[in-house]
Amino acid sequence: MELTRRDFLKASAAGAGAAALSTFGFDMKPAYAQAQQLKISRASEIRSVCPYCAVGCSMIAYVTGLGETQSFNTTPHLVHIEGDPDSPINGGSLCPKGASTMQLAVNSSRVPYPKYRAPGSAEWEEISWEDALDRLARLMKDSRDNRFVPKDGKDTVNRNEGFAWTGGATISSEEGYFTTKLFRALGTVGIEQQARV
Amino acid sequence: MTNHWVDWKNSDAFIVIGANPAENHPCGWKWAHVARDTRGAKIIHVDPRFTRTSAVADIWAPIRAGTDVAFFGGLINYVLENNLYHEDYVKLHTNASFLLSPDFEFNDGLFSGYDEKTRVYDSTSWAYQTTEPDKSQTSGTSGGAGQGAQVTTEESTTAKRDLSLQHPRSVFQYLKKHYARYTPKVVSQVTGIPEEKFLEIAKIFGATGVPDKVGNVVYAVGLTHHTTGGQMIRGIAILQLLLGNVGMPGGGVNAERGHANIQGNTDNAQSWEILPGYMRAPTPGLEKLDDYVEENASKPASPDSLNFFGSMYKQFTVSLLKTWFGEAATEKNDYAYSWLPKPDKNWSWMTIHDEARAGRLEGLFNAGMSSVNIGPDSNRIIESLSNLKWFVIMDPLPTSSSEFWHAPGVDPDDVQTEVFFLPTTHWIEKSGSFVNSGRWAQWKHPALPATEGIRDDTYILAQLFLRIKALYEKEGGALPDPILNLTWEYSSADNPPLEEVAQEINGRDLKSGLLLESFLDAKDDGTTAIGNWLYTGSWTEAGNQMDRRGTDDPTGLGYFHNWAWSWPANRRVLYNRASADAEGNPWDPERPGITWNGSLWVGDVPDYVPDSAPSEGLGSFIMTGEGVGRLFAPSSLMLDGPVPEHYEPTESPIDNLLSGTRRDPAAIIYEGAAASFAEDDSEFPYVATTYRVTEHEHYVTQHVPYLVEAMPDFFVELPVELARKKGIDNGGRVRVRSKRGEVIGTAMVTKRMRPLKVGQGKIVYQVGIPVHWHYAGGTGKGKAAQMANLLSPYIGDGTTATPEFKGFLVDVSKA
Repeated sequence: MELTRRDFLKASAAGAGAAALSTFGFDMKPAYAQAQQLKISRASEIRSVCPYCAVGCSMIAYVTGLGETQSFNTTPHLVHIEGDPDSPINGGSLCPKGASTMQLAVNSSRVPYPKYRAPGSAEWEEISWEDALDRLARLMKDSRDNRFVPKDGKDTVNRNEGFAWTGGATISSEEGYFTTKLFRALGTVGIEQQARV
Repeated sequence: MTNHWVDWKNSDAFIVIGANPAENHPCGWKWAHVARDTRGAKIIHVDPRFTRTSAVADIWAPIRAGTDVAFFGGLINYVLENNLYHEDYVKLHTNASFLLSPDFEFNDGLFSGYDEKTRVYDSTSWAYQTTEPDKSQTSGTSGGAGQGAQVTTEESTTAKRDLSLQHPRSVFQYLKKHYARYTPKVVSQVTGIPEEKFLEIAKIFGATGVPDKVGNVVYAVGLTHHTTGGQMIRGIAILQLLLGNVGMPGGGVNAERGHANIQGNTDNAQSWEILPGYMRAPTPGLEKLDDYVEENASKPASPDSLNFFGSMYKQFTVSLLKTWFGEAATEKNDYAYSWLPKPDKNWSWMTIHDEARAGRLEGLFNAGMSSVNIGPDSNRIIESLSNLKWFVIMDPLPTSSSEFWHAPGVDPDDVQTEVFFLPTTHWIEKSGSFVNSGRWAQWKHPALPATEGIRDDTYILAQLFLRIKALYEKEGGALPDPILNLTWEYSSADNPPLEEVAQEINGRDLKSGLLLESFLDAKDDGTTAIGNWLYTGSWTEAGNQMDRRGTDDPTGLGYFHNWAWSWPANRRVLYNRASADAEGNPWDPERPGITWNGSLWVGDVPDYVPDSAPSEGLGSFIMTGEGVGRLFAPSSLMLDGPVPEHYEPTESPIDNLLSGTRRDPAAIIYEGAAASFAEDDSEFPYVATTYRVTEHEHYVTQHVPYLVEAMPDFFVELPVELARKKGIDNGGRVRVRSKRGEVIGTAMVTKRMRPLKVGQGKIVYQVGIPVHWHYAGGTGKGKAAQMANLLSPYIGDGTTATPEFKGFLVDVSKA
């Protein structure tokens, strides 16, 4: 008997367990278990940490098409995220937000390329990374030179009042530190993140 | 947090205030349930709203938003008046016995040194009485994780003490006097908490002032978002020190952070006023490195004090400068100290946007952050962004700020700002550590490669920096030196790997090239480079300690020393020397923090010199100049008072019942903002508070379909009695208006917010407004903005500059 996917779904819809047994003439339970397992059985388990609140729940991301599971026709594909049972903090549990992080990671609203909006314009336009970075580096340098305060009276202050940084807190400490290092070297005094607000 | 999530299972009583962990930190909150189920812990929830946290609490006390200082003042008074404080602890581990300067005064809501014109305190008089400078060199081997560095205290003045605590100028007697006004009756009149309920709470939590009971105070931004927010937290610290709960497993002062890595990014100084590791940003007038150290390093105020932080200030600073400026930082040029920018004023969130609004600031970055939603006074923030020359968004997803120039109601023609959207990778696509509220740095691994058009944050920053550097090399310009000489020793110069940045943060011995094990090895002679001393030990020659996955817990107290890594030095409970008595025995043998075993302190990683015998009498709080915990915060630590004092919120329905000073006298008021505050409750009679729901996090989850489906729309929560009065039906539409803006949403008419009786029987209604919605995503996409912060006032806490997002006045009507 050739069983198409459509037939299979129809049969499944007719009823689980005993009904499946009578429809196909054999026990479907192992097949269900197999089908369930397939989703993550060939996936790499990668340890991450939840990006939302600061409880610090450990999570496992299941990705197919990486490392040993990579083959000619596969690309890395995130198939599932769940709580990491090893974590002393969350012990495998996740809250509604943590449990839906798949949709944050793979999200159709992600902005796919750099965009630029000219003064007075009503539209975004696409811009290349090279052009965006060149233009912005120019603006940053000019603003720094325009608004640099070397001295308050006789006091050396070397302060850049031309631009400021406000950063979020879903970036790692390493990214945060790197930002601090660069912006202090640029003389920036307006440096903030999520802590106060 | 002084403690950490798992440690909550060791508590006997909780006060959860200005927080809703059952909904906003559910997987951490379960540890309070463990404490309740295994120890019979009592849970007290103090909040304007009855939430799911209240539902699992033993007591819910409704409080008028912004009156928490009065609540804690009342508890402090109750504990002192009824002798519930842990007397031995208070004498040994706090500055209760220190004598205060005769110049220090408090009069009708104002501390000595206030200047009405500038609204700034000169805090010189908030000081101890001192003996003559002590020339004898006190010394000791130093603290923390290990062996080692010689610490010498220089010429020091010593505070006078009275260990009987009876001296009228002692901190202890001053506290008694200061808080005598905070009687249960007055506290009830101010906060709206019924007097008998307040007394019930005071009795339960006051009972933790004995050695074998421990109380835990948990808070979140419900406490910090006030003009008196910093002082509310100080109120917790004082209460917990009096009850002997600081340093104890199950105790402490525990802030729940709302985003994955606020803790780590604060530690690493994404904050205008500090350098990595909580060293103060240098200020004008401190010309030389030594001036900076002299001004900012704490001085020993007691011969018993190790004064560890103060004594290492120069070593940490030089090690940071060597990390940033490498070979260009030499002893001869003061380690390039002069290149560090010196802010002349508070440059925090509201100042940045104020500078933009005034047209002085030309450019701004929003990186994983949305100015418009956050506010306060979102309309004013939109003005700020509109006056920028250029504005950059680094984010994976659109935000209310990235789209501000074509938001509903804004004409793009009028906005001359150049806007860049630089799409970044998200957490799942990169490595790096997140530091949770309990200071555990946990490493994550990249699970997915980024798609073609997006880039890492580090790539973008590195590229911008390298291009700016090239421009300075070519054209010259304002002080190019720090840019030209910034160290850049990364294997991939274009996109520095986070693993290498983590090692830079940990620090190296520059002679051997080896990663450092301990911050005790920091040198002030330029031979060590440390990006952030707090994290030394996080990535050593033994590898990445933040990536450890050991699940052993031999004490059963939940320390998990081999899981991830906790700053500092993998210590799990801060100030843990205070968990033991003068002889080094734990106050509670069932719940030892650290214990003296005859030759060493054992248990948690000691927050103390590990081999300093109790008989040596070294002070237990090694970070403070006093060597003890501070019930009274002397000069310049807090800018708006050495002890907490209640003031009414900027906008409030009643006068201050505790003094003639109605509002926080040191709150930061920005140009033109005062005109946008309601003077009294005549036009705007109701108290509003903003909050978060369990389905959303700030603004990003408007892009997550499951969560939008679970909690789709903006709503306003209001009490049944108020809704009835205004003819508003549950599920109908309601308009909320403040002096600054208005929002319209679905009315959620509820008994979860109750009318409060304040002052002489005045009824005050409170309304609750969740913050999550905007015009750039979810069901609000493209529609008129229903952002809670259109309503909030543009004013900041005098010490922390945190805006008053909670406890402002509104009017409500049927829409």
